[in-house]
Amino acid sequence: MLIIGEKLSIIAKRVREAMQKRDKGPIQEIARRQAEAGAGMIDANIGPAEDGGEELMEWMVTTIQEAVELPVCLDTTNYAAIEAGLKVHNNDYGLPMINSTSNDPERFAMLELAAKYNCLIIGLTVGKGGLPADEEERAAIAAEIMARAMEYGVPLENLYLDPLVLQIATTQEQAIKVIRAVEMFQQLNEPPMKTVVGLSNISNGCPKHVRPILNKYYFLMLERVGLTAAIADPAEMKEAMEEKELFEKVLKGEEIEDKEKMTIMKKTIDVIEGKTLYAHSYLEM
Amino acid sequence: MAIPELKESFSGVVFPVTIGTEKEEVFGGENTLPFHKFEGEIPNRPLIAYEIQDIAPEDWPETVKKVYEGVSDDPVKWAKYCEDELKARAIALRLIGTHPDQKDLSADDAVNVVKDVLSAVKVPLIILGSNHVEKDSEVLPKVAEAAKGYNCIIGKAQEANYKTIAAAAMANDHKLIAMSELDINLSKQLNILLTQMGFDKEKIITDPMCSALGYGLEYTYSVMERIRLAALAQNDEVMQPPMFGDVGMYVWKIKETQASEETLPEWGSLEERAVLWEAMTAVGLMIAGAELFVMRHPKAVELVERFVDEMI
Repeated sequence: MLIIGEKLSIIAKRVREAMQKRDKGPIQEIARRQAEAGAGMIDANIGPAEDGGEELMEWMVTTIQEAVELPVCLDTTNYAAIEAGLKVHNNDYGLPMINSTSNDPERFAMLELAAKYNCLIIGLTVGKGGLPADEEERAAIAAEIMARAMEYGVPLENLYLDPLVLQIATTQEQAIKVIRAVEMFQQLNEPPMKTVVGLSNISNGCPKHVRPILNKYYFLMLERVGLTAAIADPAEMKEAMEEKELFEKVLKGEEIEDKEKMTIMKKTIDVIEGKTLYAHSYLEM
Repeated sequence: MAIPELKESFSGVVFPVTIGTEKEEVFGGENTLPFHKFEGEIPNRPLIAYEIQDIAPEDWPETVKKVYEGVSDDPVKWAKYCEDELKARAIALRLIGTHPDQKDLSADDAVNVVKDVLSAVKVPLIILGSNHVEKDSEVLPKVAEAAKGYNCIIGKAQEANYKTIAAAAMANDHKLIAMSELDINLSKQLNILLTQMGFDKEKIITDPMCSALGYGLEYTYSVMERIRLAALAQNDEVMQPPMFGDVGMYVWKIKETQASEETLPEWGSLEERAVLWEAMTAVGLMIAGAELFVMRHPKAVELVERFVDEMI
């Protein structure tokens, strides 16, 4: 399982300020902390970065790779910024990843870059229209992205299909459909296609104390169906892996010693599987 | 070859809610989907309450305003008219005059109206605020106290003001309408919050927020349908209170109940159209699972009651 550390995102105030001031300190500290927790790649989300995106991405890639010997996941819709980042990326630490292409024609150009620089690329299974309704729609879009990747000369082993995790608080029924999509994606090719999720979106909008619980157990449910990679908080994922054995028991309906943990796991499984209706206080019921 | 009889039965049941004292009414209590009496028990009819107000209904469209001409200037006369002439099974008194943009009447004014109406009629009373979050949390606790012993329904408690209103309903032994805005997860959350403060879940009535036919009815319908399935199929206790459709208020402010025959002759008779619109909105929500309704036009109420007669 590849954990792509999500913490270097322009959405976080501290990161945004460091990016603006080109202050390497906080960026490198966060990169190091994620590497220590087990990240195998560091996501650099610079947002749309319409002005000065190229220079910012270059700076982010070099800043991160000065601190950790890991590849970077280049996260922006700005084509030129991606290319600038790829040029300075040190591939001795592993292939960089482009985040992302999709079935939207505006994003096809990212595949050109993936072919030209021989790097990994995320294929988000959304089109130009609305969000995919279920796992079948996601798989259909995935097949189109795969065909296009081959057209552009991107080897399928470099393509990571992303089913698009949605918020459980507003679209609960999608949680299980995303798990099924991860299963289906793998069947689209032999050897199986690689898969990736933006994990933490599952708990977006949920109370702060509930978020890590949903993140961890949703991750474990995806992991057991064969997920290849997750953009996530590496510290949370480390905790999740430590609980994996217990979680498997609870999933099978077996008893575990820690009854409180068992209840939390059971309730969270039920909410993810849509067996009980989500509410912010679902753990208290 | 015999055709196998396929029946679905559920583990959950909707709580029955009893309101009123001198004359009681019960709604809810079923363990099956609306009108699926071939699959379960439906012990009670849906309950339709006639809507009256603390102030004259100046902003109601003529079609429904004229029905109450001569009585609607006085809530007591209006209530008596509904009980005696229209044979109302319940009355919903909306304290719209307390809204700051209306007459901004005080909580004490509201208390007087509530007391007068309660002593004039025997049927159960539903007491509704003006849907102004702050004003309701000032007015509803006082009227709940004034109505102690009458086993009323107080409403509506929302996320922003549920604590004071629910505490007053609890202290004075009333039922409570809990309203959230067209979101099933927030609806469940509000019911959880109410039960966490000690409010009996069997005294809640869930209002997922109404909307009129043609104006988002399908959203209300879908939320209600899913709430009911959670109650029955998932046996989700906080989703087991009966549901409320505040139909009249939403229907009688839309174009279809107001546009004249001169302006839109192709739409046909205004009265027939408006009455059908209110009836169809109520029937739609009834099929989605609602058991308690507040309506305005007697002919619309009659149509819905006839529909229930045929279905139940």
